[in-house]
Amino acid sequence: MKTVNQSILASALLATSGIAFAAPDLGQATQQATNWTAISMFAIFVVLTLYITKWAAAKTRSASDFYTAGGGITGFQNGLAIAGDFMSAASFLGISAAVFLDGFDGLIYAIGFLVGWPVITFLMAERLRNLGRYTFADVAAYRFHQKPIRVFAASGTLVVVAFYLIAQMVGAGQLIKLLFGLEYWIAVVLVGILMMVYVLFGGMTATTWVQIIKAVLLLSGASYMAFAVLAQYNFSPEQLFATATEVHAKGDSIMGPGTFLKDPISAISFGMALMFGTAGLPHILMRFFTVPSAKEARKSVLWATTWIGYFYILTFIIGFGAIVLVGTNPEFKDAAGKLLGGNNMAAVHLAKAVGGDIFLGFISAVAFATILAVVAGLTLSGASAVSHDLYATVFKKGNANSADELKVSKITTIALGVIAVLLGIAFERQNVAFMVSLAFAIAASANFPVLFMSVLWSKCTTRGATVGGFLGLATAVILTVVSKSVWVDVLGNAEAIFPYTSPAIFSMAVGFFGIWFFSVTDKSPRAAIDKAGFEAQEVRSETGIGAAAASAH
Amino acid sequence: MEQDVVQRVKSDPNYRKLVAKRSRFGWILTWSMMVVYYGFTLLCAFDKEFMGSRVGDGVMTWGIPLGLFVILFTVVVTAIYVRRANSEYDALTDAIKARVAEGEKVAA
Repeated sequence: MKTVNQSILASALLATSGIAFAAPDLGQATQQATNWTAISMFAIFVVLTLYITKWAAAKTRSASDFYTAGGGITGFQNGLAIAGDFMSAASFLGISAAVFLDGFDGLIYAIGFLVGWPVITFLMAERLRNLGRYTFADVAAYRFHQKPIRVFAASGTLVVVAFYLIAQMVGAGQLIKLLFGLEYWIAVVLVGILMMVYVLFGGMTATTWVQIIKAVLLLSGASYMAFAVLAQYNFSPEQLFATATEVHAKGDSIMGPGTFLKDPISAISFGMALMFGTAGLPHILMRFFTVPSAKEARKSVLWATTWIGYFYILTFIIGFGAIVLVGTNPEFKDAAGKLLGGNNMAAVHLAKAVGGDIFLGFISAVAFATILAVVAGLTLSGASAVSHDLYATVFKKGNANSADELKVSKITTIALGVIAVLLGIAFERQNVAFMVSLAFAIAASANFPVLFMSVLWSKCTTRGATVGGFLGLATAVILTVVSKSVWVDVLGNAEAIFPYTSPAIFSMAVGFFGIWFFSVTDKSPRAAIDKAGFEAQEVRSETGIGAAAASAH
Repeated sequence: MEQDVVQRVKSDPNYRKLVAKRSRFGWILTWSMMVVYYGFTLLCAFDKEFMGSRVGDGVMTWGIPLGLFVILFTVVVTAIYVRRANSEYDALTDAIKARVAEGEKVAA
C-alpha cells in the first residue's frame, strides 16, 4: 500500500516536471493548476480502494472467494457492480464523443449497448446461476466432455478480454496524458499496476467493491453534468437542441441518423453484435455467480439495466452539452480547431465548462476509476479462464487443490497485466469505442452461440459446440482483421476486403450453423452421452435443484 | 443429480407448468425486444428522412423520442419479467423443490 502511494506521488511529481519540459503552448498553465485537484481526488480513490483491497484480501482464502466473493453479494450490490463493470470509460468517453461529433448517431450506438440486457434476463441469467460456479465455461461444458469445451471457452474469454482491455488501456492513456501531462506509456503502466494489485490481493471481493464505488461516483458525476447542462437551458431539451444545431458544423443533421449506419447490413450486423455480445461477455457472465440465488441474479440484472439505461440517457445530454459548451469555446481547442486531447475528451472538457477545475478534477478521477474498475473485472475473468478452465479442469482434470488454483490465477493476473500494458501501448491511436464493439462481435459469435445451444438445445454435442464455437470465433476475428478498422486503419492497406462495420451477422451465423452441423453429424459414443445428459441439465437449469450445494460456501 | 430425482421432477405437473410458462413468456418478451430494437435500427438505416424529420415547430425530431422510448422499453420489459419471475415462477420452483425434499424423506 505504501509503495503504491509513493508511486502516485512519484507520478504526480513526474507530471509537474513533464509540463516543465514540454514545449510551451497555450493552455498548459491552466492544466497544471488543475492537476493537483485531480491528483488528490484520484489519490483519495486509490487509498480508499486499496484499503478495501486490504480488507478483501483477509477474506480471500479459497478459489471460491477469489472468483465469486464466496457467492455472498446481494442482488442490488451486484446490479451496481455489473453497471460498474459495463459502463466503461470507452462508453462514457466514447459515446459522449460520438454524440459530440455526430449528434443522434451517438444515441444509436448507446442504445445498442443496452438492448442485450433483457435478452440476458429472459434467457440466460437464472440458468447461468443454476448451472455454473465460477466461469461461463462451467455452464457451457456442463454435460459435455470437459477438455475441448474448456479450451474453447478459455480462448473465447481471452480474445474478448484482450480486445476489451486494449480499448480500456487506450482510454486510460489518453485521459491521464491530458490530465496529468504524463507520458502515455507511464499512464498505461500505472493502470496496469493498480489493476494487478486489486485482483491479486482482493480477488472478486475487491473488484466488486471497486466497481460499486466507481458506479456510484460515475452516476453521480454524470447526473450532475447533465443537470448543469440542462439548467443552462431552463431544463428545456428543445432549447439545448436548438442551440446545438445552430453551433454545430453539421447543423440540423445532428438531430437525425447520419453516416454511422452506412448500409442496412452494417446496421443489423452491428445491432446483433451489441445485443448478443452482451450475453457473451465473460466478465459480465461471471458476475452472476457472485449472488446466492436465481432470484438475486434476476434482481441484479434489473438493477444493472436500470442504471445503465439511465446512464446512456445522461451521456446523450452530456454529448449535446459538449456541442454547445465545449465545441464553441476556444479554450478547449488547439490551433487547428481540434479538441485538446482528442474527441474522446469531450466529456472531460465539459466537466470543466460546467463545474470549474474542482469538478474537472472529480470527473477525471472518476473516469480513471472507471477504467480501473473495468480492467480489474476483465483481468479477473481472464485469470479465471486460465486457472479454473485450463489449469484446474483441463490440465489437472478437476483434481487441482484450491491453493494451487489460486496460485495459478495470481500468476495469470500478473501475465495479463503485462500483456495489457504492452497492447495498450501498441494500440495508442485507435478509436476506443470502436475497439469495444470488436470485442462484442467476438462475444456474440463465439461465446453466446455455444452457451445458448448447450443450455437450450438437447441435441448439441461436445464436437458441435467446440467446432462451431471455434468457427464463430475465427470468422469474427478474420472478418475484423480484413475490415476497415484493422485492414486500412492499422495495417495501412488502401481498401478493406470486408465492406461492413461489424462481422456479427455473418460470424454469428457461422457459429450457430457450425454447432448445428457438427452436432447432427456427430455419431460418436460421446455424442450419445452428451444428449443423455440434457434432461438432468435441464432440470437443474430450470429449478436450481442441485445448485445450492455448489454455492454453499 | 440422481436420475430418479430428475425423473420425479420431470413428471411433476408444476415443473411442466413452470417450464412451459416461463419459456413462453421469456420468448414473447425477447421477440418484442428484438422487434422494438431492430425496428428502431432499421428505421435509422432505411428511413433517415423520417427519423430526422421534425415533430413540431421546434428542432426536436422523431428519432430522439423514439430512441428514448427504446431505452425505457428495455428497462420496463426487464422489470416486468423479473417481477413475474420473482413471484409466480419462484413460487412454482419452491413447490417443486418441496416435493423433491418430501420424496427424499419417503425414500429414506
